[in-house]
Amino acid sequence: MGKPSDLVQGTLDLLILKTLSLEAKHGWAIAKRIQQVSGDVLQVQQGSLYPALHRLEQQGWIKARWAESETGRQAKFYSLTAAGRKQLEAETANWNRLSEAINIVVQEA
Amino acid sequence: MRWLHKLSMQLRMLFFRGKEDARLNDELRFHLEQQIAENIAAGMSAEDARHAALRLFGNPTALRDQTRETWNWNWLEQLWRDIRYGARTLARTPGFSIIAIVVMALGIGANVALMTVVRSVLLKPLPFKDTDRLVRLYEADSHGAFQDNVVAGGTFAAWKTQARSFDDMAITQRIDYNLSGAGGQLPELADAYTASWNLLPLLGVQPAVGRNFMSSDDRPNAAAVVMLSWGLWKRRYGGDRGIVGKSILLDARPYTVIGILPAWFTYPDAKVQLWTALYHEKPPWLMQLYVAHNFDVVARLKPGVSIQQATAELSAIQAQIRRQFPDGPVNDAANIRPMLEAEVLSVKTGLYVVFAATGCLLLIACLNVANLLVARSAARRRETAIRSALGGSRARLIRERLIESLILSFAGGAIGLFFASLILHWLVSARDDIPRADAIHIDGVVLLFTLGIMLACGFFAGLIPAMSSNDRQILKTLHESSRSFSGGRGSTRLRQLLLALEVGLTVMLLIGAGLLLKSYRQLRSVDLGCATSHVLTMDINLPKVEYDTAAKRVSFFEQLQERVRQLPGVLGAGLSTVLPGKGRMRDDVFTIPEHPPLPRGQVLDASTRFVDPGYFQAMQIPLLQGRLLRPDERYARALSVVVSESLAREYFPGENPIGKHIVPELGEGNPSYAIVGVVGDTLEDLSMPAFQTIYYPLYVGTERSAMLAVRTANDPTAIAIPVQKVIAGLDRNLPVANVLTMDQIIGQSTVNESFDTKLLLAFAVLSLVLAAVGLFGVLSYIVAQRTTEIGVRIALGAQRKQVLKLMLLDGLRPAIAGLVIGVAASVGASRLLESLLFGTHPFDPIVFIAVCGILLVIAALACAMPAWKASRVDPMQALRTE
Repeated sequence: MGKPSDLVQGTLDLLILKTLSLEAKHGWAIAKRIQQVSGDVLQVQQGSLYPALHRLEQQGWIKARWAESETGRQAKFYSLTAAGRKQLEAETANWNRLSEAINIVVQEA
Repeated sequence: MRWLHKLSMQLRMLFFRGKEDARLNDELRFHLEQQIAENIAAGMSAEDARHAALRLFGNPTALRDQTRETWNWNWLEQLWRDIRYGARTLARTPGFSIIAIVVMALGIGANVALMTVVRSVLLKPLPFKDTDRLVRLYEADSHGAFQDNVVAGGTFAAWKTQARSFDDMAITQRIDYNLSGAGGQLPELADAYTASWNLLPLLGVQPAVGRNFMSSDDRPNAAAVVMLSWGLWKRRYGGDRGIVGKSILLDARPYTVIGILPAWFTYPDAKVQLWTALYHEKPPWLMQLYVAHNFDVVARLKPGVSIQQATAELSAIQAQIRRQFPDGPVNDAANIRPMLEAEVLSVKTGLYVVFAATGCLLLIACLNVANLLVARSAARRRETAIRSALGGSRARLIRERLIESLILSFAGGAIGLFFASLILHWLVSARDDIPRADAIHIDGVVLLFTLGIMLACGFFAGLIPAMSSNDRQILKTLHESSRSFSGGRGSTRLRQLLLALEVGLTVMLLIGAGLLLKSYRQLRSVDLGCATSHVLTMDINLPKVEYDTAAKRVSFFEQLQERVRQLPGVLGAGLSTVLPGKGRMRDDVFTIPEHPPLPRGQVLDASTRFVDPGYFQAMQIPLLQGRLLRPDERYARALSVVVSESLAREYFPGENPIGKHIVPELGEGNPSYAIVGVVGDTLEDLSMPAFQTIYYPLYVGTERSAMLAVRTANDPTAIAIPVQKVIAGLDRNLPVANVLTMDQIIGQSTVNESFDTKLLLAFAVLSLVLAAVGLFGVLSYIVAQRTTEIGVRIALGAQRKQVLKLMLLDGLRPAIAGLVIGVAASVGASRLLESLLFGTHPFDPIVFIAVCGILLVIAALACAMPAWKASRVDPMQALRTE
């Protein structure tokens, strides 16, 4: 396994929102999930996840609730709000546009 | 919906911060536990699993802080922490903190007090409806000789019927009544106003009890009615509503009480006890004259009419009156002032000057605190440099500095507010003559102003040192502070600049105070022209009903002065309708039959006084020519007058006035009086030149009021009771008023000047002390910084005298620079003082030189101690200290 790439600035929000679009998760699970889905390419620096989560919560895009985790311990589960779903769509569209543009440039050159 | 969510989130973060904190910890711990569990499952030992998890996670404390930063209100938390740090740092140097807080408190307190006075007296609208349309009307002179003459009854009548610019117009006059008791109460002389019936409705004032005046009350033949002030009603009648409809005695005549004015109504001031109807009180012929200027006129402008338009209209009417009556003192123009401005005209300039002085004081206080903070930050350069080296941001460091100075200014402001309330308490009791003094209160606006001042002072005093601490040169600073060479030139220069400004402001204040002081002394040393020490005076007012004949009046006055003269310790007693120093009060125009008639429109005018024959001797007014009045010249035989020196000089230049005649226009009859003598001038007002005066015989018997002057061998106040007993022996129901010594009368007439002077002087002395402290501080600091250098110099053979000179010059340089700035600024500022000065030029050289001298001496004294200390430096000691 090579050195995991640093996340492109600003894409962490998108990843978190996308990860939460399926079901509510706690922080650790979100980190794990991103890592797994990307085949270990994207490794969230685990600590930096929490400032991002709290920021999104303050923005009203995700909401939190305390519930019992798989291990039976109380954990904070995050889920998308309606506003968060809209934000996810907007950011996804934005990302697609950006990555397509980058692709074109990279292949042309 | 989202904003609702955000709001609830914010509220939660504000009010459940501790709980949220615990939850965050729990959340992070959960994450670590999960990771550790996973690592153990992967076969690591418990210890290794923990370390690996932490490595992957990062610094939990830093992450917690980062996370918390995304929360709202984090700034509040940081602010609170900075305040705690700041307070702790300040508490560690209590000497510095206390000095800074006291300096701030003095500056802010004085400003808040003066702001309260200026706002309550000069700025706050009068408590009447639509006050912006209320104006005072004056007669004026189209050549601009005077602008604010009181109005004649006939003029008012003409204005009222002809002017279209006003909704309503009312006429009023201050007066006093002898209020005598029904049930054995003491008689008293009550301050009162008599006004046309429409004044109170015009102002929008409703009585608290009873009814207002009606037009039917305001006629010569109407029944006599009176309204009581709230204060008089409570004090004298115990707040009994039953008094309405009953009669009280004013000047021994019955008046029916029709109403009580509300407690808030203290116009024009709180001393007014009674209101009566003017056209009932005044004879109709007087109210038709254009020459007898007696009354104040209040009016309400029609909406949309400007003061200029109204003035133009009124002046046109007045010019028409003048064309109709080209003879006599009839004015030809009018002037209008907003009512508030008219009420406070007498104190306005003085108050603004004192307010400007407090502004200077505050600036000085701020400069002083800034100076102290610069010194402090210089002493903490090393700490600052280390913190910068460790990554403390410049903004953060500046913020801490600012918060420290804000703490100082807020603590100072809180104490200052307390000072201000003490000052105001004193002021209101000491200066009840200030118009609207009863309205002086600290209110919401003043509190906001205080808050503003505190913020401004905090920022001002904090930003200067904060900006000056240059942490770009960290290494240099660390170098410098580890070996105390004479470094930190930058902050020394800054302190010297601040000091020069401070000294400059102090010089301005000192010069202002010096000018006022000199002017005040000039005023007090003016010779009134008569005896002033050991003279007791009192006012006597004979009631109209009981003293209805000339014989009764004359016999009372004659007996009074005879009996008073026989009291032990009395050197002389005299009666005059107006005493020197009491103002003009009455003047009349007259003609001199021996002279050719004057061109149309010109008149001769002189102050009118009625005196008893012994008056001149009692008051030590010298007889210059001819003879005095004789006791047997009375009633119809009283046809002699004595004139003042200035009258003789003005109207009889180069001729002998004795034997000439004077025909005053007193209304009816106009008898001719022969001039029998010339006496020395006396002043009506200390700040005015002597005005020509005619002394008529009191024994002609027309006057009911007079002022008694008693000259004594010893303390004049001791004679007050015996004199009052004599008066009671003549008439048990007669009240006396204004029992004052002549010195007190002079004091009263200069109270404004004395007040402004004392206040400005106090501020100037205070700022001088602050400047001296500043100089002392800066030089001590320089000396402490340069101890090593001085030691080296001395070790190399420098003379102690040279060192002393060097250091003295170092300290005196900012003082001299400040002196130059201050003198230059004063040249501009004293022009503004000019209207307050009496007999003193705004560039009075003595004051300027004295101030410069005082300042240099004080500066030299403040510098002497540290300079002397520098010259005593032991070179070995100095070199070893490092």
